Amino acid sequence: MTYTAKFRVWRGTDEGGQLHDFDVEVNEGEVVLDIVHRLQASQAPDLAVRWNCKAGKCGSCSAEVNGRPRLMCMTRMNTFEPDEVVTITPMRTFPVIRDLVTDVSYNYEKARMVPAFAPPEDLKPGEYRMAQVDVERSQEFRKCIECFLCNNTCHAVRDHEDNKSTFSGPRFLMRIAELDMHPLDTADRRQVAVEDHGLGYCNITKCCTEVCPEHIKITDNALIPLKERVADRKYDPIFSVASLFRKSDKRTAPGATPGSKAAQG
Amino acid sequence: MTELERHNFDVLVIGAGGAGLRAAVEARMQGKRVAIICKSLFGKAHTVMAEGGMAAAMGNVNSNDSWQVHFRDTMRGGKFLNSWRMAELHAKESPDRVWELETYGALFDRTPEGKISQRNFGGHEYPRLAHVGDRSGLELIRTLQQKIVSLQQDDFRATGDYESNIKIFAEVTITRILTADGRTAGAYGYYRETGDFVLFQAPAVVLATGGIGKTFKVTSGSWEYTGDGHALAMRAGATTLNMEFIQFHPTGMVWPPSVKGILVTESVRGDGGILTNSEGKRFMFDYIPDVFKAMYATTPEEGDRWYTDPDNNRRPPELLPRDEVARAINSEVKAGRGTPRGGVYLDVSSRLPADVIRKKLPSMWHQFKELADVDITKEPMEVGPTCHYIMGGVEVDPDTEETKLPGLFAAGEVSGGMHGSNRLGGNSLSDLLVFGRRAGLGASEYVDRLGGARPSVTDEMVADAEAEALAPFAVESGENPFVIHAELQQTMNDLVGIIRTESEMVEALQRLEEFKVRVNNAKVEGGRAFNPGWHLAIDLRNMLLVGEAVAKAALERQESRGGHTRDDFPEMSPEWRQINIVCSAEGDGVAITRQPIPPMREDLLELFEVSELKKYMTEAELPKGAH
Repeated sequence: MTYTAKFRVWRGTDEGGQLHDFDVEVNEGEVVLDIVHRLQASQAPDLAVRWNCKAGKCGSCSAEVNGRPRLMCMTRMNTFEPDEVVTITPMRTFPVIRDLVTDVSYNYEKARMVPAFAPPEDLKPGEYRMAQVDVERSQEFRKCIECFLCNNTCHAVRDHEDNKSTFSGPRFLMRIAELDMHPLDTADRRQVAVEDHGLGYCNITKCCTEVCPEHIKITDNALIPLKERVADRKYDPIFSVASLFRKSDKRTAPGATPGSKAAQG
Repeated sequence: MTELERHNFDVLVIGAGGAGLRAAVEARMQGKRVAIICKSLFGKAHTVMAEGGMAAAMGNVNSNDSWQVHFRDTMRGGKFLNSWRMAELHAKESPDRVWELETYGALFDRTPEGKISQRNFGGHEYPRLAHVGDRSGLELIRTLQQKIVSLQQDDFRATGDYESNIKIFAEVTITRILTADGRTAGAYGYYRETGDFVLFQAPAVVLATGGIGKTFKVTSGSWEYTGDGHALAMRAGATTLNMEFIQFHPTGMVWPPSVKGILVTESVRGDGGILTNSEGKRFMFDYIPDVFKAMYATTPEEGDRWYTDPDNNRRPPELLPRDEVARAINSEVKAGRGTPRGGVYLDVSSRLPADVIRKKLPSMWHQFKELADVDITKEPMEVGPTCHYIMGGVEVDPDTEETKLPGLFAAGEVSGGMHGSNRLGGNSLSDLLVFGRRAGLGASEYVDRLGGARPSVTDEMVADAEAEALAPFAVESGENPFVIHAELQQTMNDLVGIIRTESEMVEALQRLEEFKVRVNNAKVEGGRAFNPGWHLAIDLRNMLLVGEAVAKAALERQESRGGHTRDDFPEMSPEWRQINIVCSAEGDGVAITRQPIPPMREDLLELFEVSELKKYMTEAELPKGAH
């Protein structure tokens, strides 16, 4: 089914801009990013948009569609009524560069402040041993495609620009949780989470979880356990067992399971 | 206008996917000052799309595996046209490269003993692919990205500046490699954001720009895949080889139209998925070529038993190398046994429980659910061939990855030789790591040898490069670059696609001549800040040069082998196996020459049965005493 849709696209720079109206063709099976590309090819060749894989894997085409933070490549046109006006605006939390493209360097600066993975110093490559059940918690967070929709949505920075200097947003608090839950990480990350990344700003409203295109349970599985660990509370049974295990035998377990071969030939 | 931004580095890495990042890590570890150019944002490169995993003979799942077996599989997959030295280095070094990633923080899926799990894949004799579900590429790129950050943190502790030894330039496109006195001198490009130009002076440049997918209409590649590195290298005086060999991945999505071509991972078949036609027939059993007859199951029963008892059964033909499966699907659809939307069925729903599918293939489940409204745990997928990978690429020294231009290196998809005429699934991610590292090392050693005698960039070179990049703005009444691109893609798809014939390729070359005029006449509206029309006008020149290299090499090679299938020359020829077709830039086009492939080293030749070698080689090439 082909029809003509009404689109309103924000165009402008950091100095200001406005919504522009377009009538544009829509075909069966298309997504919002297809329509933006059609606008580029037919009506606005200099319309700036960031995109890459077009399959929800790279996290480049983040924007706000009818006010909701979305990946444009994963927003199907059949979720709108044919007579509905579709409004696309850039992510609000980050400064606009041009049109739908924003300056997301805040995220890269915060990423650089997260202390790196710290494996046991005497553990050689090829000798790492970890149980599937132990890696799965961090694996969930490593599904993150860094679309930054969570950081765009979190009201602690969305509505409070001045918090950007002290708060890293859900993405990087989750990164800290990921490293903290890594079975072979030796660093204590509690102080860093609070003092350098502003864990206390999070008041667990779960807005980040709602917009995550990878359906990562950011609040429940990363942020709350991290808060509990910081508070030295052990409400989370699996996590507390895992961390006890690590404390008791952190340098060797489970990297050197008895009987396992150290290297393969 | 503002003054030109200038930078000096020891090693400039163009491309920030797996190969580029691994090269940068290595160059930095060798004490070099490194710049990384990303065409997109840092961490978004096309490597994130890789799904299945990285092949490395660690022997975690089947201890019979070894580098020798991996080497054999790679040569077989490439139909013995591979650079055997690269295939050897790759098979030997990939386990170390994978283990190293764990020290950077990668979290692979595990075996019950806690080792890195390994999965089956087409053409690999044993389970060999280290993986994380079906998002292995994301894990690779994120791990390397985080390793770069950790090196920057080390540098910060030592110097007070995160960027003292590795600096990342995001959303920068390189338009030229600059040369002086027959050596690499640097590169010139622009910031996508502002349109401002930037000059990098560096004695060593590593190309890691990936592939050429966007030259074709149906592709699994992203917009970045415009053959930049292939074209930059040829224009700078280096060469490419094997450009006729393009892998059409057998399973791309065929619907909805907007995602046509997007990849459906081979893991679906590795984990038990089967291919059927509109008559419900599991057709791959009809398409086992003679060279593989001994290795593949001849009945569905045997094929099914293989998943649980691989030592006593042969593998199902769904797991033949990709070129075979792609041609089979193409034949079924042509014979009228395709699905209504022009593909075939790929079914995993009748083969595995729903929860296992969601665990093993989470991103496929997600992709089909969200993009096609298909639940792959309940119904089959519709799939068809998609342009996925170019085996050909920049000609490099197998050990150092240096191109024919001193100081210019290449690694990953942009380089050629390693995969011969067809790449095995899983050999790409491991290729990025093995040869990315070697390129970083090669570049560093080159810089050391050069000492203080660094070639310098002149004002004329800069003025030339600037004029070239700005040319599209001077066109007054030209064509929309998006229209030209769509037609170029259609031409390549129709005339130099999965099945080729002389008359069509001659026509393609005629049309490419017309495209040269049109591309020079591409008109750009608006200013230089983040202007996609301008970016495409520049990229189009690269796609055009690469398209010509592909078409000319394909016309020259009068045989069918791997990712090059000629309707008019359907057989594989032992004589052609001894020849690489080499492309170089000449005038505004491409010149080709034939170049002999060096004979395989005796000890590597001995890894094969003579009866197998006879299927590929001339009598004179067989080991002595085997006649």
